[in-house]
Amino acid sequence: MSQHRIPAWITVGVIPLANVAMAALAAALVFWYLNINPLDALQAMVYGAFGSSYGWGYTLYYMTSYIFTGLAVAVVFQAGMFNIGGEGQAYIGALGVGLVCLGLGGHVPFIVLLPISIIAAFVFGGLWALIPAWLQAKRGSHIVITTIMFNFIAASLMNYLLINFMKPAGTMSVESAVFDPSSWIPKMHEALALIGISIDRSPLNLSMFWALFVAFAVWFFLWRTRWGYEVRAMGSNASGAQYGGISIPGTVIMIMIIGGGLAGFMALNVVQGEAHQIKLNLVNQMGFTGIAVALMGRNHPFGIVIASLLFGFLTQGGSELQFEYSVDARIVVVLQGLVILFSGALQNMMKHPIERLYLRVTSNRRKASEELAAEA
Amino acid sequence: MELFDSIILILDATLRNATPLIFAALAGMFSERSGIVNIALEGKILISAFAGASAAYYTGSPWMGLLAGIMASVVFAQLHAFATVTHNGDHVVSGLAINILAAGLTAAVGNYWFSQGGNTPNLVSRAEELNARFEPIVFPFADALADVPIIGGIYSELLSGHYILVYLAFLAVPLCWFVLFRTRFGLRLRATGENPQAVDTAGISVTQVRYLALLVCGVLAGFAGVYLAVALTAQFSPNMSAGKGYMALAALIFGKWRPKTTMLACLLFGALQAIADRSQGAIIFGFEVPVQLVEALPYILTVVLLGGFIGRAVAPKAIGKPYVKERA
Repeated sequence: MSQHRIPAWITVGVIPLANVAMAALAAALVFWYLNINPLDALQAMVYGAFGSSYGWGYTLYYMTSYIFTGLAVAVVFQAGMFNIGGEGQAYIGALGVGLVCLGLGGHVPFIVLLPISIIAAFVFGGLWALIPAWLQAKRGSHIVITTIMFNFIAASLMNYLLINFMKPAGTMSVESAVFDPSSWIPKMHEALALIGISIDRSPLNLSMFWALFVAFAVWFFLWRTRWGYEVRAMGSNASGAQYGGISIPGTVIMIMIIGGGLAGFMALNVVQGEAHQIKLNLVNQMGFTGIAVALMGRNHPFGIVIASLLFGFLTQGGSELQFEYSVDARIVVVLQGLVILFSGALQNMMKHPIERLYLRVTSNRRKASEELAAEA
Repeated sequence: MELFDSIILILDATLRNATPLIFAALAGMFSERSGIVNIALEGKILISAFAGASAAYYTGSPWMGLLAGIMASVVFAQLHAFATVTHNGDHVVSGLAINILAAGLTAAVGNYWFSQGGNTPNLVSRAEELNARFEPIVFPFADALADVPIIGGIYSELLSGHYILVYLAFLAVPLCWFVLFRTRFGLRLRATGENPQAVDTAGISVTQVRYLALLVCGVLAGFAGVYLAVALTAQFSPNMSAGKGYMALAALIFGKWRPKTTMLACLLFGALQAIADRSQGAIIFGFEVPVQLVEALPYILTVVLLGGFIGRAVAPKAIGKPYVKERA
């Protein structure tokens, strides 16, 4: 099919919307089967996610995490590779954040601690991606498999560290000590209270602004710097990029460290912003959801912000459903799976018919105008 | 004698742990040998475990559970084929979608059906006079020989008294080897994974071969799930596959996509799991090895193998690439 005749508003507008519509239709069938009116469910979800400053707080809190894990997948995808390791990278990033907060919290002012914990999140997450990256770059091991393996290795490692070193003596649950309050990232409701705006308590914290800034920085990196150009060149044609003088192994390692670091940032939101301690399974599948976010956002930072908001809405709205309808909270997981299925795996299903339809409509119109011109 | 007994117990647990891995890894072998990357084993195990336990509960028969589990797993496998073969979708994305969908659907539908937080009711219940679990198979004279030293341990404890699915798993290995390496279907399947153009030129439909390969994959993965829910635990609980699908994938790679070596990898991983389950870590050469390291060892070993440090694992050549005929 002649791709160049398809305008951008179809590829980035109509087709993604059609995919989401298919996912929504399938989700409606699931709801209908579970004896829930899909429209009522949608209304409950919208109200739960956007109906109050409390709902907004949770929605934006989840959005913040998804921006980080979505970007972690997307930057690597721009280089033509798949980073399924966000789960493990975010977990190890949490270790970095936790060590900084446990070690320096209360000893240095927050303004000094925050840059250190940001760097720690990036470095720890990035280093966890380094070994799969190096194996891919130098030894040709497939990065999808190695990053999956590293997710499990990260889980075991964190389990070991929490049980043997980080768990305070005399506690039963497997989690680190609570950080000193001076190291906490301020909550949004506290920050807004200072300027006289009152909103409900929620986990939303100031790392949301960092997420938005990072999304912009990633855009700048990918489209306005030489390294970003190298990454995209490799993604669209690796052998061509190599011929043009770009080091493929070097680019693989660089972009994987960046991807891992971005996943590590998630810990700022979840650990330093909300939980204030390292808990077991704190990533909670958000690394995997990042893949869905990146897919929906078409691997573009601005698309990812929008997709993150959608997934924040699904997560928060879905968890409201369980109070409303006593449906299992994991209905959210079904919704996520359907979105990945229809906008990822089955994205060509809607693409070809829509493109064909567009071409037929435009060619008919052109024929009609040519006939008119001929008559005149 | 005590050492002998504990070795027998670990080997016994090894067989039990290796069974779902063998089924799932063989399932992955059919898929990957035909050129379809399959990280969806986890989801197939989960959905078949759920369908198997539910059907066994409603019908009271483990065999109906097996049938339902296989059918559910086949549906998901064919969905994978629909996305990756018919629509040239990304294999990894499709696999991920199936895993996530299976995790969500089993919990949400399970909770709707049984209202037990996503669990199915127990398949063995005296109150309901229900026994829908597979029964262990006791070999002849196993009871009589149980007290004989050495032989009793090996025969009565280690070899006898497993569920029928355990024996089937070990029978499936030579069977799959025969199908893959000694039949026309197997040759075509492997050729499709290495060079689909050549297969197409020979007048064989790549699409058909890959759909069939994923059909077999679904059936085998169904055995793995049903074994977990209807034999091993007699109940489905959400996320009970707990990474076994990924571990089977690791075993498949560790076994270099070959039946016998893959089975050995499954046994190795099963043994590591048995050691991790039994102890709070093992002491090797005076070092205390933490239990978490033993648990992570299958993944670490696979990464080391993939790095080419111990042998070389070469994947089927055309794996992960959609086959698109050139347009005239």
